[in-house]
Amino acid sequence: MFFYFIKRLFLVIPIAISVTVVCFSLVYLAPGDPLSAILPSDASQELIDRLKQEYGLDKPIPVQYAIWLGKAVQGDLGTSIATGRPVTSELGRAISNTLILALFGSLIGFSLGVIFGTVAGYRQGTWLDKCVTAVAVAGVSVPHYWLGMVLVILFSVTWNVLPAMGAGPGGDWVWDLEHLQHVVLPAITISVIPTAIVTRTVRALVADILGREFVTALRAKGLTDFGVFWHVVKNAAPTSLAVMGVQLGYLMGGSILVETVFSWPGSGFLLNTAIFQRDIPLLQGTILVLALFFVTLNLVVDLVQTGIDPRIRRA
Amino acid sequence: MNQTAPSAEVVAAATARGYWSTVLARLSRDKLTVTCALILLGVLLMAICAPLLAPYDPFKGSILKRLLPIGSPGYFLGTDELGRDMLSRLIFGARLSLVMGIAPVLNALVIGATLGVIAGFLGGRINTLIMRTIDVFYAFPSVLLAVAISGALGAGIFNAMVALTIVFIPPIARVTESVTTQVRGLDFVEAARASGANNFTLIRVHVLGNVLGPVFIYATSLISVSMILASGLSFLGLGTKPPEPEWGLMLNTLRTAIYLNPGVAALPGAMIFMVSICFNLMSDGLRAAMDVTQ
Repeated sequence: MFFYFIKRLFLVIPIAISVTVVCFSLVYLAPGDPLSAILPSDASQELIDRLKQEYGLDKPIPVQYAIWLGKAVQGDLGTSIATGRPVTSELGRAISNTLILALFGSLIGFSLGVIFGTVAGYRQGTWLDKCVTAVAVAGVSVPHYWLGMVLVILFSVTWNVLPAMGAGPGGDWVWDLEHLQHVVLPAITISVIPTAIVTRTVRALVADILGREFVTALRAKGLTDFGVFWHVVKNAAPTSLAVMGVQLGYLMGGSILVETVFSWPGSGFLLNTAIFQRDIPLLQGTILVLALFFVTLNLVVDLVQTGIDPRIRRA
Repeated sequence: MNQTAPSAEVVAAATARGYWSTVLARLSRDKLTVTCALILLGVLLMAICAPLLAPYDPFKGSILKRLLPIGSPGYFLGTDELGRDMLSRLIFGARLSLVMGIAPVLNALVIGATLGVIAGFLGGRINTLIMRTIDVFYAFPSVLLAVAISGALGAGIFNAMVALTIVFIPPIARVTESVTTQVRGLDFVEAARASGANNFTLIRVHVLGNVLGPVFIYATSLISVSMILASGLSFLGLGTKPPEPEWGLMLNTLRTAIYLNPGVAALPGAMIFMVSICFNLMSDGLRAAMDVTQ
C-alpha cells in the first residue's frame, strides 16, 4: 500500500508538468499578439518593443515557458493585462467563492443521490425505481445553465423569495442568512449532475450488494433489516465517496456556465472576463489552478479510496 | 475462395436470425427508444425543412412587436427581445444547434477511433505514446477544456467545434483502445494471423468489425453532452454570433427578458433539454438492443 502511494505520487508529476505546458501553449492558440488587447492600433514600434521586454515576450518560447513555470511554482502567475493587478490575488477570492458553491452543490448532490439511489436500489423494478431512474436521466440531460434560468424565473421573478444574482453583499463569503440565501439557487443548479451520477452509482451498488450471497447469509442468520442496511452502507461507501470526490472536481472546473447565469463572483466568472478581455495571463493562471486542483483532487480521491477500501489491493 | 459467405450462413441458420435483425426487433419493441428516435427524426426534418416550415423570417424583427408572450395572435410562441418570431427562430435554430452538437462527436469518432485502434492494435511504445498524451487531457474537466480552447482560439462556430472535437477525442480513443486490446488477444485474431492475414486485413475485418459497434454506441451517448456543451459555449458567447439563430445563443440574449417574458425566455433551453434527453435515452436503448450477452 505504501509503495502504491509513492508510485501514484510520482505518476502525478508528469501529468502536472504536461498541464503547465498545455496552459502555457494556450497563448499561442490565440490569434494575434498577446499584447494586442492593451496596445492602441497605432502604437509605435518602440512602445511595442518596450512592452514585449516588460512582459518577457521578446525571448524564445522555451525560455518564456521556463520563466513562467519558475514564477508559477513560487506562486507568481504574472500580472493581469486588463486590471494590472497580480493574477494570484484576483484568483484567490474567486477560487474560494467557487469552492463554497461547489461544496454546497456537492453536499446537495451527494445527499440526494444517496437517498434516491438507496431507495431505487432497494425497490428495484417498482414505479419508485422508475421515477428515480427518470430523474437521473433528466439530471444528466438538462442544460444546467437553462435550469438555473428557470429557477430564477420561478423563485426570484414569480415568487420573489430568493435573490437571483451575485454572492451577497461584500463579494466575500460570510456565514450569515443573506449569503446563504444567495447560494441556494446556484448550488441547486450546479448539483443536478452530481445528483444524477451519484444516484446511478448508488442504485447500481445497492442492487448489486443486495443480490450477493453474503446478504442472504446475513438474513438467514436473523440479522435485522437495519443490520443488513449497515452492511450495504459499508460496502457501497468507498465507491460512492470516490464518485462524489471526482464530481467535486468537475463542479470546480465546470462552474463557469452556472456562475455566468447567477453572476457568482467565482473562478468561472473570472475566466469569462479573462476570455472576453483577452487577458492571457489571467486566462492561463485560472485554467492552471483549476486543472491542478482537479488533478490533485483525483489523486486524493484515489489514495483515500485505496486507503479505506480493504477490497482494493494495489501494488 | 469466399470464406465469409458460408460462415455467415451457418450463423444465420444457428440463430435463425441475423444480428442486425435481432437488434432491430429488440429496438422496435422498446417503445421509449422508438419515441425518442421519432422525436429526433422530427427535429432533424424540422431543421432540414426550416425555410418551408417557419412562418416568418428568423432574422427580421419589429420594434413594435418586442417580447410578445406565448400564444399571441400570429406569433404562436411569442417574439424575442428584437421582435423576431420565436417559432421561426426555434425552427431555424435546430440547424446550427444540431450541427454544433453532432459534428464534434462525429469528428472525434473518426480521429479518436483511429488513434485508439492504432494504439490498441500495435501496442508497445506507440500505445504508450498515444495513451499517455491522451491522459494529459483527462487532467482537465471537460467544460473547462472546451471553454479554455475555444476561449483561446476566439469566438466562432468553427473554433467552438474544434474545441469540442478535442474534448471528445480522449474518451473515444480510450474506449476504442481498451476494446481493441481485448479483441486483439482473442483466438480468432491469432487464427487469422496464422492463416496469413496481414495487419491491414486483420484491422479491417476482425478488429473494426468487433470494435466499431461498442465505440459507436459510446459515441452516441456523448452527443447529449456535446449538445449541452455546444449550446453552453454559444450561451457564453464563444460559439455562434448574433443574429444567427442558435438555441444556446438565444437563451443568452433572452436572459435580459426573464423579468418581462419568462415563458419565451425559457423556450430555447427546453428545446436543448428535449433533444439532449432523447439522445441519451436512444443511446441507452441502442446499448441494450446491441448487447449480445442479453
